[in-house]
Amino acid sequence: MNLSLNWLNDYVNTEEILLPKLISGLTMSGSKVEKSRDLSEPLSKIVIGKVTEIKKHENSDKLWICKVNIGETDVQIVTGAQNVFEGAVIPVVLDGGTVINRQDGSVTKIKKGKLRGAVSNGMLCSPDEIGMDRSDFPNADEDGILILNKEDGIEAVEIGSDALEFFGLNDTVIEFEITNNRADCLAVTGLAREVAATFDLPLEIPEPQFKGCSGDINAEVSVTVENKQLCSRYMAGLVKNVKIKPSPRWLTARLKAQGVRPINNIVDITNYVMLEYGYPLHAFDKRYVGGGGITVRNAKQDEEITLLDGNTVSLDSDILVIADKNKPVAVAGVMGGEYSGVSEDTDTVVFEAACFDGVSVRRAAKKIGRRTESSSRFEKSLNPANVKTALLRALQLVEELGCGEVCISVIDCANYIETEKRVPHDYKAVNSFLGTDIPENEQINIFKRLELGYDDNNKQVIVPSFRADINLPCDLAEEVARIYGYDKIESTLPRLGNNANVSVFESYTQKLVSVLTAQGCCECITYSFVSPKMNAIAPNSDNPVALKNPFGEETSVMRTSMIASVLKVVVNNINAGNSEARLFEIGRVYGQGKESDVLCIGLYGKDESFFTLKGIVQEIAGCFKIDISTSVKRYTEMPFHPGRAAHFDYIKFGELSPIVLRDYGISERVYIAEIVLEELFNHHCRSGGKTIYTPIPRFPAAVRDLSLVCDDETESGAIVSIVKGGCRRFLESVEFFDVFKGGNLEDGKKSLSYKLTFRKPDGTLTDEEVDTAVKQILGKLEENNIKLRR
Amino acid sequence: MVINMREQLAELKERALAAIENADSIKSLEDVKVAFLGKKGELTTVLKQMGKLTAEERPVIGQIANQVREEFENTYSVKINDLKNSDILKRLETEKIDITLPGTRLKSCSRHPLNIVLDEIKEIFTSMGYTMVYGPEVEETRYVFDLLNTPEGHPARDEQDTFYIDDKTILRTQTSSVQIRTMMSQKPPIAVISPGRVYRCDEVDSTHSPIFHQCEGLVVDKGLTFGDLKGTLETFFKRLYGNDIKLRFRPHQFPYTEPSAEVDLSCFKCGGKGCRFCKGEGWIEMLGCGMVHPQVLRNCGVEPEEYTSFAFGMGIERITLMRYEIDDMRLLYENDMRFLRQF
Repeated sequence: MNLSLNWLNDYVNTEEILLPKLISGLTMSGSKVEKSRDLSEPLSKIVIGKVTEIKKHENSDKLWICKVNIGETDVQIVTGAQNVFEGAVIPVVLDGGTVINRQDGSVTKIKKGKLRGAVSNGMLCSPDEIGMDRSDFPNADEDGILILNKEDGIEAVEIGSDALEFFGLNDTVIEFEITNNRADCLAVTGLAREVAATFDLPLEIPEPQFKGCSGDINAEVSVTVENKQLCSRYMAGLVKNVKIKPSPRWLTARLKAQGVRPINNIVDITNYVMLEYGYPLHAFDKRYVGGGGITVRNAKQDEEITLLDGNTVSLDSDILVIADKNKPVAVAGVMGGEYSGVSEDTDTVVFEAACFDGVSVRRAAKKIGRRTESSSRFEKSLNPANVKTALLRALQLVEELGCGEVCISVIDCANYIETEKRVPHDYKAVNSFLGTDIPENEQINIFKRLELGYDDNNKQVIVPSFRADINLPCDLAEEVARIYGYDKIESTLPRLGNNANVSVFESYTQKLVSVLTAQGCCECITYSFVSPKMNAIAPNSDNPVALKNPFGEETSVMRTSMIASVLKVVVNNINAGNSEARLFEIGRVYGQGKESDVLCIGLYGKDESFFTLKGIVQEIAGCFKIDISTSVKRYTEMPFHPGRAAHFDYIKFGELSPIVLRDYGISERVYIAEIVLEELFNHHCRSGGKTIYTPIPRFPAAVRDLSLVCDDETESGAIVSIVKGGCRRFLESVEFFDVFKGGNLEDGKKSLSYKLTFRKPDGTLTDEEVDTAVKQILGKLEENNIKLRR
Repeated sequence: MVINMREQLAELKERALAAIENADSIKSLEDVKVAFLGKKGELTTVLKQMGKLTAEERPVIGQIANQVREEFENTYSVKINDLKNSDILKRLETEKIDITLPGTRLKSCSRHPLNIVLDEIKEIFTSMGYTMVYGPEVEETRYVFDLLNTPEGHPARDEQDTFYIDDKTILRTQTSSVQIRTMMSQKPPIAVISPGRVYRCDEVDSTHSPIFHQCEGLVVDKGLTFGDLKGTLETFFKRLYGNDIKLRFRPHQFPYTEPSAEVDLSCFKCGGKGCRFCKGEGWIEMLGCGMVHPQVLRNCGVEPEEYTSFAFGMGIERITLMRYEIDDMRLLYENDMRFLRQF
């Protein structure tokens, strides 16, 4: 919402308040200022001048030497304009003044100088040099300098006075961000009320009234409201013998300052009243609504209307329309129809002031894709009580502007019950809610500053119709707080019960992150939606949660696994030319009706392999006291490489299948692990989750290295199990350290080497004891066709 | 005799000290020691003559001899230390390395900047007595809108462009849903924060993302005031940004709080004077907050006559982008290693 300070000053005098103070004061009382703009920028030193003498330049065919009266003195100005004449009234920029360059829009400073030997003390201006265009001056010549002689109101302007004032450019416009609950502030009068309350200034908003001519509107127009629920009030006024013409300069200047384009006097009046009172009006040419009268009804299914903007839209039965006998002539509260508005030859105008249901207008505006100044006000739910003020103001302006004869009677179809809204006020409750100590009379004074009524006997605030947002005691507290000043309320700290706790999930996740970063992993964050195709690379990806209105296919389903998300990060990094990465994300996956937290790790680069990934996975499991080293099983499902992937209950990890990577144009090897956190954490808790100290052994260990020969197919995990099973008494650990093929080994055989550590808790092992143990182990191995390498 | 021995000792001392001085290795120094103090050493030889002295002379010469021995040993120990060190010093000379060569490092790791910031926020609130609560992201509309005074048709519902799953299910547009669930399942006093992902149909650009992160807070107790809300957020932001930061509480409107406020922070760059970073305002909009609307409390089974409540919500992305002066939000989700490794 824009606000012209000149207009504001009609109701509350702010001339004593400096602009920065005005801006910060309003921002702090709830009307946030976005920015402000001085309309005269960058123009300066431009006055109304009158050409008193004119003669040809001696050294030029095209130049004229003018004597221009600028009030008390005359100045000589040389001009190339051909439409200049003796007696012409023209905006003149004087020596040292600034105008806008016609060619490039830059700011140009005008200096006294000589043109072909003749002194020139300034410049006669054209409209674009003062930041306006010829449509602002309908009576001006099409070319050349701006001749003001035919402009409305010029007779009253003193020669030599500030031209910017005549153009309405001596004004500042403040742009506000108005919150949804304050539709009343989408109006100059509403903002004036806020200004008056904030700075405790007197406010004067006159009650509009018009004189009227004899006649009965009912004889000319009839109004039938069919849907009384969506139209709680419909008023109409009639203006005869309408003279359509441009509005006076003061009015167009105000419209333009607020960002509204002037059209003609009748349309401008509807806009002016909307800006002034926040109530949208509509003006119909009576020719289009007179015959069958005005009906406010729901549109018929698929009924069509051609709008003001020339486009035809299809309506449905939820949309409220204003209709004549046959067809809709306007979409209620949103936009008028093409052939119902006023035009050059309009003779009789019907002004509509009505209250339409906010939700209905909002839906209609959305459905036909036209969010207008009108609909955006209606959708904030206006009060039917204020309809009359708006209509009367419009009719008053018609008279003031001499646009036509206003019929003394008006139509008023009211379908609401006017109620007085009262909210109990307990000043102590307000104080204990805010944490303040504001005396009762000061609180009451704040209400009065805001033009709220107060019933002293019953201690009640009587809420005026323009404040739909005040309904409860907490609303009163807000009014007190914001006018008293949020910044003046003392900051205190609540005493919170000492029951804060960090959840197990939270602390385990922290632990997990420490392990991952210690392993050199970088954390990433990805979107939770992916394309169905990408999602499908992971197992159990049937029936994902799908978005009804996604941006596109790429982001249309909620991921059921994080593999696709992390793979995408890997692919992006490979494509960006990054040679390696260790990535992880702790995120969510989404099943139907269930969300779970998952850790996903992605690796690539020359140092990475299945075993570096397995190392990280083991480190994670180990940190939660879970040993997966021998319990993992081979995993052969997609998207993994069937020979290089493993799983363990809730953990899957391995190299991705080149078939999957081919789709991304990736030839690098990529390793991915996915761990379901809830299950990992539960497993940890189930297994006790506690660290218990084991005494450091007091007796020395005995170590034996064994190199074993077995079939190529035999897995190390199996061998370790056999070794462990072979000696339960002294064997402390079995550590793999080498694999060897070829040499003098038979084809299809390989050799694996292990370091076996033996220890006795209560003494030193003898060589014989160790040898016996090794013999037992070798025996077990032999049974499985695994032999000691000779 | 006495005079003779004195001279002998003086001469001996001079020679011995010179010999120590001249020794150029530990071995030769040790030889010097043996030559003077050894069983057949010169000093020993001289001392053997002591027997020839008178009872009066003996202590006099004995004292001189002891002084000579003492001085010899002192000088010797200094010298031997020097020689030992010089061996090490010589070795050190040969062991010089190029200290500008790179160090051997494990792979470098990093946390995502969003989570660095979020962790800090969580830590501050935890220390202030808040518990973290979480809830589903695929959420029922009633928890996101209806119970928060935003029924269907409410303009605020349109402002948060929503991803729909079906008519009653959406991707949550704010984590307030978790606060609603908390109030419905717990009895006051409540002090919680609910960090998490939220979703809005905003096309991706440098300042928008359809997915972003929020951290909202809720306190429900008897006798809470608007002043408590102010104090809580002041404490929080001073912990996050340091004591110099200033807060400005500005009246605003949300359907679920009354009174409501937006909180601006004094600009980190210019300290409030106004600069390009804060668009000349000196303030940066940071957070929305307010006293929870009595109807919202009632909706969740909390009696507003008995309890009051305040709530606040902030965007983690905004804080992160400002802290690290990241000018394009997309970088946060592209996860380029050259970006991630900087944190």
